[in-house]
Amino acid sequence: MAWVNAVIQGILTGGLYALFACGLSLMFGVMKVVNLAHGDLAVVAGYIAIGIIFVTHVPVLWSFLIVVPVMAALGYALQRTVIQTALNRSVLTTLIVMFGLSQVIENGLLQFFSANTRGIGANLALVTESFNLGSQIQIAWLLIVIFAAAVAVLGGLQYFLSRSQYGRLIRAVADDTEAARLSGADHRHVFGIAAAIAFGTVALGGIAYGMYSQLDPTAGTDTILLFAFAAVVIGGLGSLWGTLLGGIVLGIAQQIGAQLNISYETLAGYLVFLAILVIRPQGLIATGTQS
Amino acid sequence: MTAATATTPAQSAPAVRVTRSQRNVAWTGAVALIIVAVLGYLPYLVYSGTTTILVQGFIVLTLASMWNLLAGYAGLVSVGQQAFVGLGAYFVLILAIHGISPFAGLPVAAIGCGVVALPLWWLVSRLRSGYFAIATWVLAATIMLIIERFSSIGGGTGMPMPGFAGLAPTLLTAYTYWAALAVTVLALLGIYLILRSRLGLVLTAIRDDETAARSSGARTGLARLLVFLIAGAGCGAAGAVLAISQLQVQPSAVFSISWTAEMAFATIIGGIGTIEGPIIGTAVFMVLQQTLQSYNAWYLIILGLVAIIIALFARRGLWGLVDDHLSVRLFPVGYWLHDIPPGTGQLPGS
Repeated sequence: MAWVNAVIQGILTGGLYALFACGLSLMFGVMKVVNLAHGDLAVVAGYIAIGIIFVTHVPVLWSFLIVVPVMAALGYALQRTVIQTALNRSVLTTLIVMFGLSQVIENGLLQFFSANTRGIGANLALVTESFNLGSQIQIAWLLIVIFAAAVAVLGGLQYFLSRSQYGRLIRAVADDTEAARLSGADHRHVFGIAAAIAFGTVALGGIAYGMYSQLDPTAGTDTILLFAFAAVVIGGLGSLWGTLLGGIVLGIAQQIGAQLNISYETLAGYLVFLAILVIRPQGLIATGTQS
Repeated sequence: MTAATATTPAQSAPAVRVTRSQRNVAWTGAVALIIVAVLGYLPYLVYSGTTTILVQGFIVLTLASMWNLLAGYAGLVSVGQQAFVGLGAYFVLILAIHGISPFAGLPVAAIGCGVVALPLWWLVSRLRSGYFAIATWVLAATIMLIIERFSSIGGGTGMPMPGFAGLAPTLLTAYTYWAALAVTVLALLGIYLILRSRLGLVLTAIRDDETAARSSGARTGLARLLVFLIAGAGCGAAGAVLAISQLQVQPSAVFSISWTAEMAFATIIGGIGTIEGPIIGTAVFMVLQQTLQSYNAWYLIILGLVAIIIALFARRGLWGLVDDHLSVRLFPVGYWLHDIPPGTGQLPGS
């Protein structure tokens, strides 16, 4: 029964990892930017939420309505200025700039907010309540909600990209920027919108992690970025539903590892990631178009 | 008319001479020797506080030079080099536990890290550019988690370095300093010789235009593998020096991402893709770190911001600015093209 529990918990935490991963996947898919600052930005979003709740006393869930647009605006602004300038130089410059940004944010958070951990909505019924399946399996409502949110975000993104007018424009710019520009698309604006969407999902991921666990300045890279990346690689680069599958596989691996020995949790996830890299480098669901 | 143009001799046979340097490099070599000799004599002249700071500088310079070889020449942006810093430190620790002097363990650690780099390359080379970067990061995190499992080498909290009993503190500081100096000199000399070799030619070609290099038949894959192994060994040696100078090994400290941040920022600020860049960058790094050391992480924040600005607007770094105005190379690794008629020209990418 303990193993069944581990698998169920793993699937549910997989939703959280998929939520981390979709912004990373989107930014790479559209503008070929590997956002090394992804996790640190999620922590920033979480800290903004904590600040807003502390200052204005709005209900915890309302903070989403403020933080997501704020992060989306930040994403648009960052893409149009720093990231676009770096992209105009080279892939190498972009990587270096994103890594620099990641380290500056992480050390900035350490400097201003100390290494203390902070949770979001620790006394909220949504965060603390759970229900029982049988006698041994206890499922937190929060994980159900996060999983549902991840599925909704991924489904919404998939629908937006494949069906809507603007989604088609984004895909056109992603596939062939030059051709899309010749057809009159403003690729810089399209990149900005894609970054805004990605940063919006980053905000969701950051706040969700703050509710699920505790945020601290190093959580951005130690947990969020590396787990998001592992989920993307396990699932298959460039596939949104693959990301969910990747997140679930990572979650199950971690929970089974934790079942063996609590200190194996993170390690087990990484070992599965490395195994996938060896056996199936294109990921579980291969689209074959991006590498 | 046609006969007149055909007989213009300068057009048909351009008279050029190719050299590796613009002027005689003998004096550069002599100056380098004098600098190394002075640095080597330093423990007799200054207090141990100064040599301790210099040891830090040597570690950063070795790391930055290795990262420069990876990112600046081979186009491999690794953000997982802390894996080798940590492994180097642990190799020395494990050997010391078994009774081998840490100073004797240092070269073994460097070679060990170079050997470990081979299977790691096999894992991460499947991914390109950005995903390669994060994969190296995951690898470093994984290696740290595995090492933390072994309580015999200190587990998650680490342990003090054995093997220094009976060594006077002043002597230990001096030995540590000489070891750090030797590692740095060997690293720089090694990189200089590599860049002058055939491998260096391939690396310079990759740096300037990878597609062109590959289509000209350069074996870019092999060159990258070799660079990854060399950088692994170099960062391992720096990690070994770190372990000796800190007198203890703690997993979260030796496997810290800050090492990669420091080596990357020093390289970018100094000038990526030149041997001189990391030297200048390390000097800037040490000055900032020593000035701001009472303000915790501020030096990394400032260095990061400066590195971002330089990467965006002055890609060749501080050394690039010097080079633009004075056209000097301390390390003659390129080729210069001299017209026999007055006036000199430079080959692209030298």
